[in-house]
Amino acid sequence: MTKFIAKRVFASAVVMLTITVLTFLMARVVPSNPAVIYAGPKASPETLDRIQSELGLDKPLLVQFFDYLGGLLHGDFGDSLATKQSVLPDLLERLPATLELIATAMTIATVLGVALGVLAARRRSGALDGSIRFLCIGGISMPAFWLGLILQVIFVGKLGVLPATGQFSTEITYSNPLETITHFALLDCVLTGNWVALQDGLEHLVLPAVTLAAYPLGLIARMTRASMLESLDQDYALTARAYGLSPRSIVWRLTLKNALSAPLTIIGLSVAYMLTGTFFVEVVFNWPGLGQYATQAMLAVDYPVIMAITLLGAAGYLLTNFAVDLLQAKLDPRTRS
Amino acid sequence: MAHVLIDPPAASPLPPTPRHSLLRTLLRDRLALLGVVLVVALVLVAILAPWLAPYPGEGRGTANVDAADLAPSAAHPFGTDELGRDMLSRILMGTRPALLISISVVAVAALIGVPLGAIAGYRGGWIDEALMRVTEVFQSFPPLLLAMVVVALLGPDLKNAALALAVSWWPWYARLVRGEARSLRERPFVAAAEAIGVPSRTILHRHIIKNSMTPVLVQATVDVGTVVLAAGSLAFIGLGAQPPAPDWGLMVAEGRSQLFTSWWVSTFAGLAIFVTVLAFNLLGDSLRDILDPRKAER
Repeated sequence: MTKFIAKRVFASAVVMLTITVLTFLMARVVPSNPAVIYAGPKASPETLDRIQSELGLDKPLLVQFFDYLGGLLHGDFGDSLATKQSVLPDLLERLPATLELIATAMTIATVLGVALGVLAARRRSGALDGSIRFLCIGGISMPAFWLGLILQVIFVGKLGVLPATGQFSTEITYSNPLETITHFALLDCVLTGNWVALQDGLEHLVLPAVTLAAYPLGLIARMTRASMLESLDQDYALTARAYGLSPRSIVWRLTLKNALSAPLTIIGLSVAYMLTGTFFVEVVFNWPGLGQYATQAMLAVDYPVIMAITLLGAAGYLLTNFAVDLLQAKLDPRTRS
Repeated sequence: MAHVLIDPPAASPLPPTPRHSLLRTLLRDRLALLGVVLVVALVLVAILAPWLAPYPGEGRGTANVDAADLAPSAAHPFGTDELGRDMLSRILMGTRPALLISISVVAVAALIGVPLGAIAGYRGGWIDEALMRVTEVFQSFPPLLLAMVVVALLGPDLKNAALALAVSWWPWYARLVRGEARSLRERPFVAAAEAIGVPSRTILHRHIIKNSMTPVLVQATVDVGTVVLAAGSLAFIGLGAQPPAPDWGLMVAEGRSQLFTSWWVSTFAGLAIFVTVLAFNLLGDSLRDILDPRKAER
């Protein structure tokens, strides 16, 4: 096991280094001049020259790269061209909002997905199974940004029961201001007993979380169903049935645990999907998280931010897959080789 | 390799009568039928759009400000947008570019990925090692994020978006075919071909690539839908097609500013994306059931 972990950590480090080199090269060979973006369109040639040397763009490429790499090792991703501020604090400030959104969506998708999958498997080939199958394919085919807008039209425009955008209502910042402890807004509400803000925050969270959950929900339900059916056909399940155990206890006590190792991979995949899915959901719901920040940076060709987001995205993806592999090795000894 | 002579250089591993089971599956499975009907309809619309659209000029982007923001009616079944363009025409005219872009991206990804994967899987050794390391780097981030970064750095337009999507998609085909090639390599008919001195190029082409086409076909079908979704997403945030192109993702974005007054603009444009992705997912699913019964869902 230790060898397995060591090997994976080494491989991930190599991948991260390669990605750093690639994003760095890509940001350097692109037609747009970072100095122009930094200085704005009306800068004089002298100003551009000055900024070019300030940003270190006149140095040889290799020196620039090692400067960047050295900065990364100290947690310095450089300064944003748009806000002129250091990138890392900006990212860290927005990370909790995104994590809260992803965690909520993941919980919805997993709980509902496993439940629907088990239900479909128990009613194999029935009408319910068919409807669940259609629902799953529908969830997988749904553009998240569109689902978000449709939910806004229905629940905000027509019914007027939920807020459209943002993480909290503006009034809350005056009537029940948030105290910051953990930077996770909802958790802080609970810790400080700020129930008014908590309710407001939850109301704002519902639509974006449901939107983000649609795709993984479909994936998880489908996978749970398929792997449930497989375990129900195994000898031990048939034996248990022959001994007179009820189908219900066979499902919940015996097969579900065995059937969950395959959806586990899908849950890993879903987290990976959410890393990009959240970009679109955050844009639609004006959610103050990383995705919105990243999208703005991409439209502004703010390359230090783009590079930081790429590295962070890759790190998140590698970490998720690593965690899934570890968990799977624990659940299923056969995959440890 | 002694058993090679006893074991006849066997038939292809494809199931025997796909046509018969295709018909049967379609009749039995209504969702599969729905997929086929939708895909055929989409292809017809893509070809015939200029003749089907009530206002083909507006569909291509000509403004008609006198008719701005009209709700759905008999004259404009999907309403009109901010610039008075008939939404039905816009959406119909958007079908061809959406499918063309998506099919080209998938074709390029498969054309790069399939041969590389086949060579790596069949030859093994350092070629295999090198290719797997490269695909690992590509697969260590979500394909859509990779595409977004490439477009952001190259400049937002449709061509760059397509290029970026192809670049982020090919490794998945390489890995898929490599897996197939590795298991085909061990099959008796490949050993038999090697034993009678068939050149390895011919083996690669005739035995390895041809016999890995089933999963590639299934994957490609599903991916046509997935790429429509990805290209739409890029366009929605401004990193894909640019106005006045009749692009579905772009139309959803254009309707966003008047979402609560003119809900129809975003709604119908997004519906077009949803139906297209759904159609190819359904078709891909039923193709998997028909062509590859081992992996079929029960």
